[in-house]
Amino acid sequence: MTADDPGRRADYARQEAELDELYRDIILDHYRHPRRKGRLAAPTATHEGLNPLCGDEVTIEVIVRDGRIQDIAYMGSGCSISQSSASMMTEAVHGKPVAEVRGLIADFTAMMRGSDDIDPESLGDLEALGGVRKFPVRVKCATLAWHTLDEALAEPK
Amino acid sequence: MLDVARIRKDFPILDRMVYGKPLVYLDNAATSQKPRQVIDALVRYYETYNANIHRAVHCLGEEATAAYEEARARVAAFINAPSPECIVFTRNTTEAINLVAYTWGRANVSEGDEILLTEMEHHSNLIPWQRLAQDKGATVRYIGLRDDQTLDLNGLENVFDARTKMMAMPHVSNSMGTINPVEKLAGEARRHGVMSLVDGAQAAPHMKVDVQAINCDFYAFSAHKMLGPTGVGVLYARRELLEEMEPFLGGGEMIRKVTFEGATWNDIPWKFEAGTPNIADVIAFGAAIDYLNEIGMDEVRAHEMEITEYALQQLGKLDDIILYGPRDSQQRGGVVSFNVADLHPHDIGTVLDRHGVAIRAGHHCTQPLMRRLGVSGTARASFYIYNTPQEVDVLVEAVKAARKFFRNDTA
Repeated sequence: MTADDPGRRADYARQEAELDELYRDIILDHYRHPRRKGRLAAPTATHEGLNPLCGDEVTIEVIVRDGRIQDIAYMGSGCSISQSSASMMTEAVHGKPVAEVRGLIADFTAMMRGSDDIDPESLGDLEALGGVRKFPVRVKCATLAWHTLDEALAEPK
Repeated sequence: MLDVARIRKDFPILDRMVYGKPLVYLDNAATSQKPRQVIDALVRYYETYNANIHRAVHCLGEEATAAYEEARARVAAFINAPSPECIVFTRNTTEAINLVAYTWGRANVSEGDEILLTEMEHHSNLIPWQRLAQDKGATVRYIGLRDDQTLDLNGLENVFDARTKMMAMPHVSNSMGTINPVEKLAGEARRHGVMSLVDGAQAAPHMKVDVQAINCDFYAFSAHKMLGPTGVGVLYARRELLEEMEPFLGGGEMIRKVTFEGATWNDIPWKFEAGTPNIADVIAFGAAIDYLNEIGMDEVRAHEMEITEYALQQLGKLDDIILYGPRDSQQRGGVVSFNVADLHPHDIGTVLDRHGVAIRAGHHCTQPLMRRLGVSGTARASFYIYNTPQEVDVLVEAVKAARKFFRNDTA
C-alpha cells in the first residue's frame, strides 16, 4: 500500500476524523482557556483526585450553601482531556442544586461508559467529551474531575 | 552493522498495520517484540515435550528438565555469572528485587540502618526498599542527579556511612536512558562493606553485561524486554549469599526433606524456586538469548547508539522540544524521553498512536524522578534491534503533526 492509494487516503481521513472527534474544538478551547481554574477563599469541601496511570491531577473546591453549588473551582495538571473536562464540568455545575449535579455526574459517567440510557445531546456541550469513548485508555482522564466532584460532595460539612 | 532488514523478517508482528499505518514500535523499554525463533520454542515445548520438571521419571520430564536447566546455563553465560547456580528464575525484575529485600534484607537490615538508592529509581527498585525500611525502622537515602540527569557522584566517598547496608541502583535509567557507572558504584560500595544490587532491566537487553566485572552482589533483569516471553525474571546473586539467604516462598521444589515438624531446604538455586516454575517461558527465553548471541551484544549496542544519536539529532531540530538525559550516546541507552512545548505526553501519545507509532507516555514508573524534573511525565521512544532510521523519521513527522494539531486550535 502506498501513501497515494485510495485505501490509504481513506485511512488518513478516518484517523483525522477520529482525532478531531477526540479533540473537539470546544475541548481544546477549554484546555487553552480554562474556566474557573484557581482556588476559592473559603471552600466548604475540597477533594483531590489522582489518575495514577497517567499522573493526571485535579483538585475540586466547592462552596455548597442551601443545597446549591454556590461556587466551584479546580486546580490541576494533566492531559488536555482531563483538564478540559474539569473546566467544562465547573461551568456546567456552577450555581446548580446539589441533587441536580449528582444526576448530571451520573449521566456523564454513564455516557462515558457507553450506556444506551443516556441521550448525549441532553448533556449540552459536555456531549463533546463523548468522543473520548473511542479511546478507551483516555476515558479515565475524562471522568477524573467528575469522580472528584462526587467525592467532594460526599464529604461531611 | 546489523542486517536490520533480515532481523525484521524474524518478527511477525512488525508486518501488522495500526489504524491503517505500518506499526512503528518504539516502546521497547516497556517490552520488546518476539522473534519467530522464540515463539517456535514455546510451541515446540507445548507440542512435543510438555511435562513438569525435576520430578518426573519419564522421557518428557527429562527432556523438559534438561531444556529448563540448559536455559539457566545460557543465562549464566550471557551475563558471565560464575555458575548456573547463581541464577534464580523469578516472574520478573520486580520479583527478583523483592526476593532480595524480603530474604537478605529482612535478615540483615535493622533499626537505624540505611539503604542507598538513586533519584532515578524505577518503582520496582524503590518500593521494596521503602517497605523494608518501614518495617525495620531503617532509612532510605538517594544519590541525586546533575542537570543532564546523570548521577551526581561528587563526594561519592562520603555517601556511605557506618549504617549503610545496601546500595541499589539502575544500570540504565528506564525514563532517561542514562547509563550509570555501576562498576564504579558497586566497587565503592564493596570498599565500604556495603552490598550492591543492580537493576539491569534496561541494560541486559541492550549491552554486554558482565556481573563479575561489575562485581555487584545482586543483578536483576527480565526476559520480556530482551525478546523473551513475559513471566520470567532473573536474579543473579553471589553464591555465598544464596547459600546463606533464607528461602523467599515455601512449597514444592524448594525443599530437601519435609516432616510434620519442619523442613530442610534444597540446594541453590532451586531453594528459591518454590512450586512449578514457568517452564515454557524459561525455555523460550533460552531461545531469545541464542538469538541475541548470534547477533552479538556489541552489535546490538552499536546499532542502538546509532539510532539514538539519529533520533536525538532529528527531534532536536524541532522548536519547543525538550530532550532529557545525557547527550553523549556513550552515556545513554536507546531511550529518548522528551516533551513538546506545553503538550501533555498523553496527548502526544494519542496522536502518535494514530500514526501507527507506539511510544510510552507518562511517568514511566518513576514518579519521584518526574517530580524532581518538575514534569508530570514525558513522551518516551525506546529502540531495539529491529528499529530503523526511517521509523525515527515517521516518529518525527508524527510529533510535528501533534504540534500542528494542537497549535491550529490555539487561536
